[in-house]
Amino acid sequence: MEKLSDFYEAALDTEKYIRNLKVKGKRIMGYMCSYTPEEIILAAGIHPLRLFSTKGTISLADAHLQAYSCSLARGVLEDALAGRLDFLDGAVFPHTCDTIQRLSDIWRLNTRFAFFADVVLPVKLDTESARQYMEDVLRKFKGDLEVGMDVRITDAALKQSIDTYNRIRSSLNTIYELRSANPDILTGSDLYAIVKGSMIMDREYLAKRLPEVIEMFKERTPSTDTEKKRIILTGSICDQPDIYTVFEKAGGVVVWDDLCTGSRYFEGLVGTGGDPIASIANRYIERPVCPAKHTSNTARGERLLEAVRKHNAQGVVFLLMKFCDPHDFDYPYLKEFLDRDNIPSMLLQIEDPLQSEGQLLTRFETFIHML
Amino acid sequence: MTDTDKEKHGKKMQSDGKMQKIMTGYYIDAKTAGETGKKVAWITSGGPVEPLIAMDIIPVYPENHGAMIGASKMGADLCQKAEEMGYSGDLCSYARADIACSVVDGGPIGGLPRPDMLVCCNNICGTVMKWYEVQARYYNVPLFILDTPFSHTKYTDEAKRYVQRQVEEYVTFLEGVCKKRLDRDRMEEVGRLSVEAQRLWQAVLDTAMNKPSPMTCFDAFFHLALIVTLRGTQTAVDYYRSLLEEMEQRVADGIGAIPNEKYRLLWDNLPIWYRLKWLSQKFAAHDACLVADTYTSAWCMSLRYMTDEGNFLDSMGEGYARAYLNIGVDEMIKIVLEMVDKYDVDGFVMHSNRSCKPYSLGQYDIQRAVQKERGIPSVIIESHMVDERSFSESQTETRIDAFMEMIGQKR
Ligand code: SF4
Ligand code: SF4
Repeated sequence: MEKLSDFYEAALDTEKYIRNLKVKGKRIMGYMCSYTPEEIILAAGIHPLRLFSTKGTISLADAHLQAYSCSLARGVLEDALAGRLDFLDGAVFPHTCDTIQRLSDIWRLNTRFAFFADVVLPVKLDTESARQYMEDVLRKFKGDLEVGMDVRITDAALKQSIDTYNRIRSSLNTIYELRSANPDILTGSDLYAIVKGSMIMDREYLAKRLPEVIEMFKERTPSTDTEKKRIILTGSICDQPDIYTVFEKAGGVVVWDDLCTGSRYFEGLVGTGGDPIASIANRYIERPVCPAKHTSNTARGERLLEAVRKHNAQGVVFLLMKFCDPHDFDYPYLKEFLDRDNIPSMLLQIEDPLQSEGQLLTRFETFIHML
Repeated sequence: MTDTDKEKHGKKMQSDGKMQKIMTGYYIDAKTAGETGKKVAWITSGGPVEPLIAMDIIPVYPENHGAMIGASKMGADLCQKAEEMGYSGDLCSYARADIACSVVDGGPIGGLPRPDMLVCCNNICGTVMKWYEVQARYYNVPLFILDTPFSHTKYTDEAKRYVQRQVEEYVTFLEGVCKKRLDRDRMEEVGRLSVEAQRLWQAVLDTAMNKPSPMTCFDAFFHLALIVTLRGTQTAVDYYRSLLEEMEQRVADGIGAIPNEKYRLLWDNLPIWYRLKWLSQKFAAHDACLVADTYTSAWCMSLRYMTDEGNFLDSMGEGYARAYLNIGVDEMIKIVLEMVDKYDVDGFVMHSNRSCKPYSLGQYDIQRAVQKERGIPSVIIESHMVDERSFSESQTETRIDAFMEMIGQKR
């Protein structure tokens, strides 16, 4: 853990980390959702920061969002209204679910950051016209950013940014693979700190730092303990470090995931030849799909089964945020796919604040005993 | 007011019976499509139905069916069944009821006819896409998604191009499924009828500007069925023409929709289908007439973008993309304020509908804006529009009473 203190510090006290960057003169752009074209933001010399809720008590956001919106949307809005995000120069809202769609309006009408942009991406991603539109929208976003932040985004800067992101993403992928092969070389909380940290920390730093982390893990000797049950997590975002620890206590280990704050963030690289914006668009078209987007009717199910096979998982845990419609709609069919192949699964509905550790442990233990 | 005066108000409309008849015929046609060799498409309520009509495909609306399920109070059972299938109880109750209904052939008409294809336009929500994916897997039929980018502040050129290309893709999709070409002349004729029906529907809703209003939003919820399901047909045009005549006659005779219209209110969001009668009586008892709503007007709002002048397919995309639920909260505020003025209302009733996030999230901001700009009282009622388990009668009653008292004091 000490060896990863930079990641832990950023993940646990994001505000402090970002304020430090700010002092060094960085401009900060907050964003929701893994479909944000971070490459373009970075190419503008601006620091992209994924917004996670600080999980304080909700009071101000209650005046804007009904209690039946997910705690992520409510939490992030609360932070903004309470001034906890005043280090932001602006925010970017890609179009994803119905909740973020309205959160974007509410944010635009009730906060006063210098910059704001909607990136109204296509919802279906399986046609040529959608690909073209994706490209158009990204170009428009680039223009909006240039005007709004008074910068020029050159192709050279874009190419460099793409390179940085490719390095970060492939490093994360390698770390996941290493852990899948030898789950003991890093703990779940280490993994959490690294992934979350990667959406918070300076990207150039990360591109250099992550390969070092990989070397460090490679030097560790894998344990011979094969007793632990291998689990895949699937859902929207997992901003609950405790969950990994409770899993491990219960005798399980998370060997892969299908989360926006996980594999869906890093899988797929941007092509490096050709027009940079078109290449970025292609990655967003081709990367593993989130349930708020459409490719085929069974894409997510097939992918989940593939991950189970590839990582030799014994069970799947659905980590679903309460009031998250896109994921709730996919759950029955994904479960059915797993059932058909006799892969046990359990559903854990999460909401901030998380239920007590005791309760969670009992549920996990019961599940893990079944495997 | 004399007693005879009182009697003439609140009378049932003649058109009610006609509507029942048309809808029954329509559902019989749809359910016997297998025998007549016609194809059936399921389509979302905000979806472009005109090309289906032009291709002789029978359009079927799960949402209209959902409303029927709700009105016949069969929603709770079906929604619960969906929950047993693994669907969260927080999801849209139209979707839950429909998904369960497919499996058990339940509901007031024993389920909808099997679709040959699914047509989903996401101009109302992201829910419909997920819901139609579920049905595409269940029925194993082709799904066409018309992806209409959300217009937070404006309808961009990129979006316009994208939607326009999809209109052509839509036609190609239909031609593929039906194995025949779209007759473009017929298409224009259907487009013309659609626009005409929408104009008539708007004119019907406009009669509520009169005092007393000849209709309530509860009437509008009822008469809406045809503009949703059969726009683009002569049937719908004829029906709304005669409905308009009836309304105009009522206005000429000074007949009001409720016995004693003292207050005029605006409704926001979908109806609470299983409590329509209760709600309408409740408000009428306070001498309050819900003269207009933001929901039923959604089927004619696109009139400002659609034309019937010989290029319906070209203007259709924009009309559909700029639907009421596909625009930003500030745009919605503008429309609500226009309605407040147009119908001269004294209060605003907002249904906070747990089923429908795109409609409901943002309502608090709309409420504040209306309060600030027009200073009229408002009330929020919470429910799931088809799942009666979520509705608290006593709490709603208390809120309505308090709200009406506030309105009374303002006068
Ligand atoms: S958790 Fe679900 S509902 Fe909430 S913002 Fe993410 S996708 Fe939307
Ligand atoms: S009620 Fe709302 S969420 Fe449900 S289908 Fe209609 S628009 Fe979508």
